[in-house]
Amino acid sequence: MGLMNNHGLLERHSLLLTVGILITVSIGGIIQMLPLFYLDNTIEEVEGMRPYTPLELAGRDIYIREGCYVCHSQMVRPLRDEVERYGHYSLAAESMYDHPFQWGSKRTGPDLARVGGKYSIEWQVDHLKDPRSLVPESIMPPYAFLLDNKLNYATIGDAMKTHRAVGVPYTDDMIENAEAHLVAQANPDADFDAFDGLMAAYNEASGREGTVTARDFDGNPDELTEMDAIVAYLNMIGTLVDFSVYEADDLENRR
Amino acid sequence: MTTVQAPMGRDNSSLVGVAGMGVLFAVLAVLIAALSADPLMRVHAMIFGGLTIFGLIAMGLWSGTLVDRNPFDQTRYEDTLIKYGVAAAMFWGIAGLLVGVAVALQLTWPNLFYFPELGWTNFGRLRPLHTSAVIFAFGGNVLLATSFYVVQRTCRARLAGGMWPWFVFWGYQLFIVIAATGYLMGITQSKEYAEPEWYADLWLTIVWVAYLLVFLGTIWKRKEPHIYVANWFYLSFIVTIAMLHIVNNLSIPVSFTGAKSVQVFAGVQDAMTQWWYGHNAVGFFLTTGFLAIMYYFIPKRVNRPVFSYRLSIVHFWSLIFIYIWAGPHHLHYTALPQWAQTLGMTFSIMLWMPSWGGMINGVMTLSGAWDRLRTDPVVRMMVVSLAFYGMSTFEGPLMSVRAVNALSHYTEWGIGHVHSGALGWVGFISFGALYCLTQWLWKRKSLHSVALVEWHFWLATIGIVFYMVSMWFAGILEGLMWRAYNEYGFLEYAFIETVEAKHISYIIRMLGGVLYLSGALIMAYNLIRTAMGGERREDVADAAPQRPALQPAE
Repeated sequence: MGLMNNHGLLERHSLLLTVGILITVSIGGIIQMLPLFYLDNTIEEVEGMRPYTPLELAGRDIYIREGCYVCHSQMVRPLRDEVERYGHYSLAAESMYDHPFQWGSKRTGPDLARVGGKYSIEWQVDHLKDPRSLVPESIMPPYAFLLDNKLNYATIGDAMKTHRAVGVPYTDDMIENAEAHLVAQANPDADFDAFDGLMAAYNEASGREGTVTARDFDGNPDELTEMDAIVAYLNMIGTLVDFSVYEADDLENRR
Repeated sequence: MTTVQAPMGRDNSSLVGVAGMGVLFAVLAVLIAALSADPLMRVHAMIFGGLTIFGLIAMGLWSGTLVDRNPFDQTRYEDTLIKYGVAAAMFWGIAGLLVGVAVALQLTWPNLFYFPELGWTNFGRLRPLHTSAVIFAFGGNVLLATSFYVVQRTCRARLAGGMWPWFVFWGYQLFIVIAATGYLMGITQSKEYAEPEWYADLWLTIVWVAYLLVFLGTIWKRKEPHIYVANWFYLSFIVTIAMLHIVNNLSIPVSFTGAKSVQVFAGVQDAMTQWWYGHNAVGFFLTTGFLAIMYYFIPKRVNRPVFSYRLSIVHFWSLIFIYIWAGPHHLHYTALPQWAQTLGMTFSIMLWMPSWGGMINGVMTLSGAWDRLRTDPVVRMMVVSLAFYGMSTFEGPLMSVRAVNALSHYTEWGIGHVHSGALGWVGFISFGALYCLTQWLWKRKSLHSVALVEWHFWLATIGIVFYMVSMWFAGILEGLMWRAYNEYGFLEYAFIETVEAKHISYIIRMLGGVLYLSGALIMAYNLIRTAMGGERREDVADAAPQRPALQPAE
């Protein structure tokens, strides 16, 4: 074969070899990744998606910090048993504001894509504190220290700005009032204006009411802890899309 | 860069360059430590700055002892660096396996390490420590050491760049320390096998570019007209990892004095990018790099040419072309569009052929030297690694079929699959290379104890069998339990029942890990004794030899 006999050329010229390698390994990635950025039907059009509130975003950062994704997926596959066990299969639209995505790759614990609203807030706090007090067979580690750690939210506005820079539609109002909104979500009675502002801003972004839960989460209204943030996040995962108006069988929504 | 000429005509420019780089980054680290409001970033800046300054002082003291000796004598190979690499690989390997056993114990008996107040002891933070330690710290150091050894021998030239190879080595160790301490403190961007944050990623990029230039620079100095096949594989590993690393870590820091960054891609695009990276970290870090080891160390150890030159060419180009497409098989049935999933599955199945082609090329290299399997446990280790490679690269395409993946994904089967590849293939070929390198670099007639190599081989092999079989069992069991229905059409099992059902498998897996770790400890003892004592061979010269380098058979 001619190709074989001329391979010596590549073996004698290291730069040709390097460029040849680079071209060969680029092709697959370009073909698989680039279209995802411009094909319209990659992400479904849905009702209800909104950016995370500052408290939820802070909670999500704790979820990432603690490596929850190592044991919990957030991706319900369209298989009968999964849909019955967890709920509606996950849509691409549901993670469109997730920088980075949290789909996970392993279920040492159950999937969390629809965990929002599945358990009471008190259950979540007690379970995180000592998983085996509620589920004796559980092998999950304890997260009691989240109750002691005061939530550090000094940079939450900057974090939201950075999220906006990569395409999350945070408004100026959301960013300016980030800290007030964050406090108001965990303690709605302290500042009614901030609470109203939080609800108005995120209800509008979502296009419907009822996607923001504001209350004390960790059972300790005097302190804003990391537990408040992570439970606020867990309690809303997978609850944004309005499935009552989503037509899964519509041709536009087929993948 | 100014060239400073020492009295003896020694070229000191690389020393000056590395020192300048060190000073620049030490100043930067001190500045960040002073300015940062983020306590975690401050800790990292202090670790980074402290170690850089320590390195600068050590370099200064060392260059003071040189007087008129030229440390970069072009007529000799740079072998001291490779000795350091062997030691580093051994150290990180044992550290990584130890953390592996610890997390296996945690999953088996969660109350054994029960520290409700100590976040850093939790599985979520320790698992990235384990994966990064074994893949990047152990595997990475094996690749650095062997690539620097092989490229010198096959080009018959000293490593290019004088001090820069040392920069690559220590810079890489610094990256490992930053990554590992970061995981424990909770600094992570949550992208599997790419967890380190933006500043660690930037540092690794600088180190990696230096690595590529040192490697290419050595090839440019070669006295052989042809670039040997092992170097094609090393080159594809270095080039492709650079591409993957840069694209998958595209992120914007929230602040230049803070640890946190925000990924540029989101959701489905981020998932595709991550598994394009993730699968090719397997493909180009854990496969092509270690195939390069196969293409040098097996022929060298058994003193036979590579089985087929033509097969090497077909193997090389088809493997690197097809591998890069296989990522989406990690995303079957997810919200990734199905056309991408189908492409991923198709190429994963095709990948079976080049993988086995390479395995055949390695195993058949023993033609005419099959007796070495009996007499030399180091050869046996490397050949068995190819058997594990063949098994894993059959299992992988099988699991990438959508219907199979529906069962296997998210289960322990995946954990078993990576470990048969990691412990069997990457581990064994690395151990083989470490045994060879220690004997050759310290110029010993033989290893301290061949019997201990036998012990290592059998302990580790039994360990892998324990690991694989228990994880197959656990994975298929839980996969079937998740989808089991009772006679009334309801799901048969609650999730927690599937967790309980895996307990015995977890115990067996943990025992497998302990066996494998004890094998590695025996190796460490054997290597240290080999380096320290034993009869020195006089017939191996330090100087670049005049005999031609290895070439494959036609």
